[in-house]
Amino acid sequence: MSRELPSHDAALVALLLAAHPHGLGGVSLRGMPSPERDDWLANFRGLLPDGSPWIKVPVNVSEDRLLGGLDFAATVSAKKPVFATGILEAADEGVIVLTMAERIPDAAASIIGEAMDRRTLLVERDGVTRECRVHYTVVALDEGIDDDERVAAGLAERIAFNLKVRDLAGFQVQLDEWSDADVQEARDRLSSVEVPDAIIEQFSQTAAAFGLASLRGDLFMLNTARTLAAFDGEPAVTEAHAATAARLILPQRATRMPAEAEPPPPPETEPQEEQESTPGTKDIPDDILVDAVLAALPPDLLDELAESLPRSQQGSTGGRGGPATRSRLRGRPVGVEATRQVSGARLNVLATLKAAAPWQSIRRRGERCGALALRPSDLHITRYQDRVESTTIFVVDASGSQAAQRLAEVKGAIELLLNDCYVRRDQVALIAFRKDAAEVLLEPTRALARVKRSLSALPGGGGTPLASGLDAARQLADSVSRQGRTAAIVLMTDGRANIARDTSPGAEKAEHDAMNAAKLLRATGLRSLLVDTSRRPKPRAQRLADAMGAGYIALPNADASRISGTVQRNLAS
Amino acid sequence: MFPFSAIVGQDDMKLGLMIAAVDQSVGGVLLFGDRGTGKSTAIRALASLLPKMRAVTVCPYACDLDSDHCEASHCGVDRSKRRDKLMPVPVVDLPLGVTEDRVVGALDIERALVHGEKAFEPGLLARANRGFLYIDEVNLLEDHIVDLLLDVAASGENLVEREGLSVRHPAKFVLVGSGNPEEGELRPQLLDRFGLAVDVSTPSTVAERVEVMKRRDAYESDHAAFQRKWSRQDGKLRRQIVKARELLVSIKVNDSVLEKAAEICIALETDGSRGELTLLRAARAYAALQGADEVSVSHLKDVAHLALGHRLRRNPLDESSAGVRVERVLDEVFSE
Repeated sequence: MSRELPSHDAALVALLLAAHPHGLGGVSLRGMPSPERDDWLANFRGLLPDGSPWIKVPVNVSEDRLLGGLDFAATVSAKKPVFATGILEAADEGVIVLTMAERIPDAAASIIGEAMDRRTLLVERDGVTRECRVHYTVVALDEGIDDDERVAAGLAERIAFNLKVRDLAGFQVQLDEWSDADVQEARDRLSSVEVPDAIIEQFSQTAAAFGLASLRGDLFMLNTARTLAAFDGEPAVTEAHAATAARLILPQRATRMPAEAEPPPPPETEPQEEQESTPGTKDIPDDILVDAVLAALPPDLLDELAESLPRSQQGSTGGRGGPATRSRLRGRPVGVEATRQVSGARLNVLATLKAAAPWQSIRRRGERCGALALRPSDLHITRYQDRVESTTIFVVDASGSQAAQRLAEVKGAIELLLNDCYVRRDQVALIAFRKDAAEVLLEPTRALARVKRSLSALPGGGGTPLASGLDAARQLADSVSRQGRTAAIVLMTDGRANIARDTSPGAEKAEHDAMNAAKLLRATGLRSLLVDTSRRPKPRAQRLADAMGAGYIALPNADASRISGTVQRNLAS
Repeated sequence: MFPFSAIVGQDDMKLGLMIAAVDQSVGGVLLFGDRGTGKSTAIRALASLLPKMRAVTVCPYACDLDSDHCEASHCGVDRSKRRDKLMPVPVVDLPLGVTEDRVVGALDIERALVHGEKAFEPGLLARANRGFLYIDEVNLLEDHIVDLLLDVAASGENLVEREGLSVRHPAKFVLVGSGNPEEGELRPQLLDRFGLAVDVSTPSTVAERVEVMKRRDAYESDHAAFQRKWSRQDGKLRRQIVKARELLVSIKVNDSVLEKAAEICIALETDGSRGELTLLRAARAYAALQGADEVSVSHLKDVAHLALGHRLRRNPLDESSAGVRVERVLDEVFSE
């Protein structure tokens, strides 16, 4: 095979993934449905061996469909438990296509990702134990628009490639001359392709330089390069293959720019063997890989990374640009209930069978029924507790009028509130305003580790752009509600504003703007609470609370734990 | 299975698991940290490292021949007729999406339907008895499953009262959990059930990254050859565990070491005496692994962060990590 490999990323990815599905995991296609997206899917499918399973998974897929469960009808007629195969098992050696992948709940995403890792599906459900081998490729159709709508991090991490639907145009021409036979040929050659040690070292250096948090990225580069070499018919991976691999894998996983790559914080116990002869201690890897990656980084990402906080070098987002955490939205099963009104509810097969089982011999006496004798009184359904998750957005005044002491108390209060979040499955977000703008310090999260980092980085001092703070809160609350959660806002301020929306100083205009912003907030109908943190509460903050439609509490001398207690009581009602 | 000894670096993680393998009474091990660092790999590799154990042949709970637990009511075997055999130590996976009936055990549906018999079908807790119970993504586990585990992990006994069944059986296991803190915190009650907690992070040197990639690649291209290559190393570790178990009973702990352990715990303000107890047990198992005949102060020092890191009270204004705080206190206590 001496022909040129496609230069179009989308065409290349289709070939690579078809040839080495287990080593590369899958691809996410981000963007709205379009004819190009359909074409890509069809082309990719065409490259797979004939008869490979191709299963579409809807966003509301239930755990028992993914993993399998008791088949009610079959169990009744066979009078013994019959297991219905789940989607993942059926997709063995094939592809699962996740529609609206950005909205797949974390629990389902974890199940899908876990089985990819283990290549084994382990099911313990409804009295059935089952272990089977599964190998599937994931195509995640990510229709998220905003940065915070992304495929769950645990799954994204196990998928090698990311394509954008808007970049698909023109891929098809380049795939025309490639067939599933070519892919098969490359696949057969994979195991014989050598990867020189020098190339492996380059991959590791590049990965470390770009701050890749997970080693899965390193391995994806290796597997991509090897597959490229297999297509080229080369016996070993070349520099050119390595550069292409780095370009395809790294950009979406980078968490920092190589220029600022200092060695990460030293481990807590220094390794005994000092200065072992490590060939790879230099941080800037061979330019060829770095250049390849830099060229592929989108310009806005470059800016973002360049400014990015050096503090979170360990990759706080797990290798992805977006916020890592989204929580589970489905109701949790809270029990089983006997009922005759089954329509619309989910029949609990196991409970129903258990209710019927003891009576079988008696019931059979009177009738000649071959199957299981069921009575309406046997029917049980699963009850779910539908829980709407809430996100509490803290808007913190970090300006000079908030003395440093107060700010420390507020920080403490937020952290105490968060301690309860695991139990309540709530999330917390943090916005701070000071000097001339408001900043979202923390996207909604439940992770204490991240909150700690961003709180410690929160500086105080400067003017009070109250209006900007309120606007930012409204926008964030908006995006939270779009994800199907309820938002509540806790504003911690003394109510004094002196920076207007257009960043001009002056109390009068600033307060006018703040009142306007407060009214806009009220129009959204969100639950909110204003915590007056000034030493001597003034009617000013009360007025602002009224304009916002917010509850008002004055906490002139409260410490961290009192603030958190009061906020909880006030928002719970 | 990827061999345990082929895991690059991650010394704390390996040590924590080895300690639990030597002395089950240390309590569970929690591996918390970055994705893709081999947490699950290490635990599954541990399964093939563990020396086999003797267990009653037909007992669903794999009881020891001499134990009192295996009365006729449990497995229907006359005590005098019981035989035992060597079997692998169970390392049971609690998969995501597990249902309650499979965790605790429930009415055997097949026997109920076909024969109209009321029989108990043991669940995962029964299978994990005398072994390890592994929960991946432990912080994503459903609350009602967590509640079940909390009680059993503390009492070592599973009590089933459902569907007209009333069963009580031994369920002593080492709880091993892994997860990523970015996805959510662990409930404090569950955190407390883990004896040791390890902070796992991505390797910090390029050399380590290179080695991980090379070994992983070699493993992927030929499982069997890779396992053969490392079997000698694994065997060495296995013998180390066996020897440490033998040593464990005779190992001495001096009063001065006990005092130091108490000092450390007081300085760290850990709640209750569980921290102290775990610290001592872990240090003893560690000393045994090293082939020592008594626990020294340096053994204490080396395992303190594993046994105590997750027991510190949260201090909202102290930004330093648990490991750093333990380190700081150790320096204070030992400088005197």
